[in-house]
Amino acid sequence: MELLNSIKKTMGGESKPPQVATEKKVEATKETKPVANKIKLGHVHMSGCTGCLVSVADNYLGFIKILDDYADLVYSLTLADVRHIPEMDVALVEGSVCIQDHESVEDIKETRKKAKVVVALGSCASYGNITRFCRGGQHNQPQHESFLPIGDLIDVDVYIPGCPPSPELIRNVTVMAYLLLQGNEEQKALAGRYLKPLMDLAKRSTTGCFCDLMNDVINQGLCIGCGTCAASCPVRAITHEFGKPQGQRDLCIKCGSCYGACPRSFFNFDVIPEFEAISEMIAGVLK
Amino acid sequence: MIEDPYLGKYMTCISARSTDKEILQKAQDGGIATTLMTFALEQGIIDGTIVAVEGDRPWEPKPFVAMSREDILKARGTKYSISPQISWLKEATRSFGLDKVGVTGVCCQMQAVRKAQLYPINMRDVPGKVALTVGLFCMENFPYKSMQTIVEDHANQNLSSVKKMEIGKGKFWVYTERGNVSTLPLKATHKYEQPGCHVCLDYVSNLADISTGSVGSPDGWSTVFIRTKKGNEVWSKAVAAGMFETKPIEDVKPGLELVMKLSKEKIDKNRKTVEERKTFGVNKALRDPYA
Ligand SMILES: Cc1cc2nc3c(=O)[nH]c(=O)nc-3n(C[C@H](O)[C@H](O)[C@H](O)COP(=O)(O)OP(=O)(O)OC[C@H]3O[C@@H](n4cnc5c(N)ncnc54)[C@H](O)[C@@H]3O)c2cc1C
Ligand code: SF4
Ligand code: SF4
Ligand code: SF4
Repeated sequence: MELLNSIKKTMGGESKPPQVATEKKVEATKETKPVANKIKLGHVHMSGCTGCLVSVADNYLGFIKILDDYADLVYSLTLADVRHIPEMDVALVEGSVCIQDHESVEDIKETRKKAKVVVALGSCASYGNITRFCRGGQHNQPQHESFLPIGDLIDVDVYIPGCPPSPELIRNVTVMAYLLLQGNEEQKALAGRYLKPLMDLAKRSTTGCFCDLMNDVINQGLCIGCGTCAASCPVRAITHEFGKPQGQRDLCIKCGSCYGACPRSFFNFDVIPEFEAISEMIAGVLK
Repeated sequence: MIEDPYLGKYMTCISARSTDKEILQKAQDGGIATTLMTFALEQGIIDGTIVAVEGDRPWEPKPFVAMSREDILKARGTKYSISPQISWLKEATRSFGLDKVGVTGVCCQMQAVRKAQLYPINMRDVPGKVALTVGLFCMENFPYKSMQTIVEDHANQNLSSVKKMEIGKGKFWVYTERGNVSTLPLKATHKYEQPGCHVCLDYVSNLADISTGSVGSPDGWSTVFIRTKKGNEVWSKAVAAGMFETKPIEDVKPGLELVMKLSKEKIDKNRKTVEERKTFGVNKALRDPYA
């Protein structure tokens, strides 16, 4: 509870951080002076489908609240007219990289240079996802045949797996990134604990597949037949036979969700048992 | 709020049983799981719940999204085999159109729900739509073929004639419809346990809103932990509405002490297993999900 209160304080629950006065609302559609402690957020679109950005926006008023109080969207070709990749605290990168497309390769390198924290947003950026199946031969760039998840070209700090990624997870990561960069010591520690498994996923692998469940859960003697993997799979490639996952591997689009969602991939006892306080905190700061 | 390393966080612990005679007829213990979910449904706290009903084979559990009292009652009784409850969690918010989802299940399934709420990976809408979780105590579970072997070979009973199974007092109990009772020492069942259970560090469903089990309370009664604000709200309402008989856990035998003892045994044993996995091979470890 103490944790919750102190977080509320910094995040505007009790004593509001300096903000642009709301009286100026009509003409002040563009902030003249950005709120001092906002972080700079960017959306970088590689070979993706923009569904990840739609998931960001599907936080509805929560997203607007984040943009009001915690983050400036400094770059997003879909939503704003900034042409070149600027400095960012957090880059949400969606899509994989076509290594035969020079500009794309430059973009991802530039993103790493310009961003403090690089987040692979969604399964294409994290694991390649459907672009794993690309093999060229289509008009009018038949030579565009090789696509790699961004982690094969640059160091990635955080993964948000999912095709589509869940809006709630994007929201949580954004709030936690804010706390990590702008919070007090206690908040930084919480954010660090929260983000750790998503950072570990980024270190672990750039491949996602039903096979993760075989290799790293069932084969490791860890599967408990809970069924979570089947719920998370976006293409219903997973059923359970006698309580254990059965994958239709030709249906699988290699998004890596099932392994991420599995409670026996990561289960961090220093965060998940705090579900009540953390959920309340996140709901509180987005009110 | 009590924070116990073996029993988890909880507000109160009591011994209780349902006052609903129809539910008690086929309930495993005090009918807590069934009564809470039917009450929550009637009160609009949930609009449906994932339960474990009987599947295609005798005593094979099957997860099911129940949206009526009648369907919730079909899930009464413990099936000692794997029921992938969470496989319906997202679907409950999709084709079933539920806004307030209830979940019943064992400890690891409560863990899965909380992970999905905090780290929803391809679990859109789930975090905000989980409305009530009732977790069962769980020492271990068995694959279907294990349970079949235990009942048919060790207890010498035909699965389809079984009325109830129970683990208690160091034995696996099998009761048949025609009144026969067979037991076997639990020791004989160990080799049939689901291997994944051996790294499980939760006995009394620490992460549920309300958790319940048989240990600690007399036959026909349940031991109940009220854990979260939501759990407390639902429990208080249900007691006020006369859904349960309750007794302070201090007044019943064997009481909390036995729950604590068994929980400690489970967790200490499984911690050791987690530890041993680190040196399982030669300069090679097995993976640790808690690392
Ligand atoms: C595998 C397993 C092991 C258990 N081990 C212990 C133990 O060591 N000590 C202890 O005190 N209690 C244990 N229990 C709990 C106990 O057997 C009862 O389930 C509990 O007391 C609830 O009783 P009730 O009368 O309230 O439930 P009822 O009202 O009879 O309802 C039964 C509930 O159990 C659920 N259920 C039944 N089978 C399963 C299953 N296979 N997986 C998930 N959910 C299921 C149903 O959905 C329903 O909600 C275990 C339960 C299971 C399933
Ligand atoms: S989510 Fe993990 S533990 Fe659960 S059934 Fe799937 S592989 Fe097994
Ligand atoms: S099985 Fe489903 S969830 Fe798992 S990687 Fe394949 S498509 Fe994704
Ligand atoms: S012992 Fe643990 S892992 Fe096994 S079924 Fe019970 S709660 Fe799940």
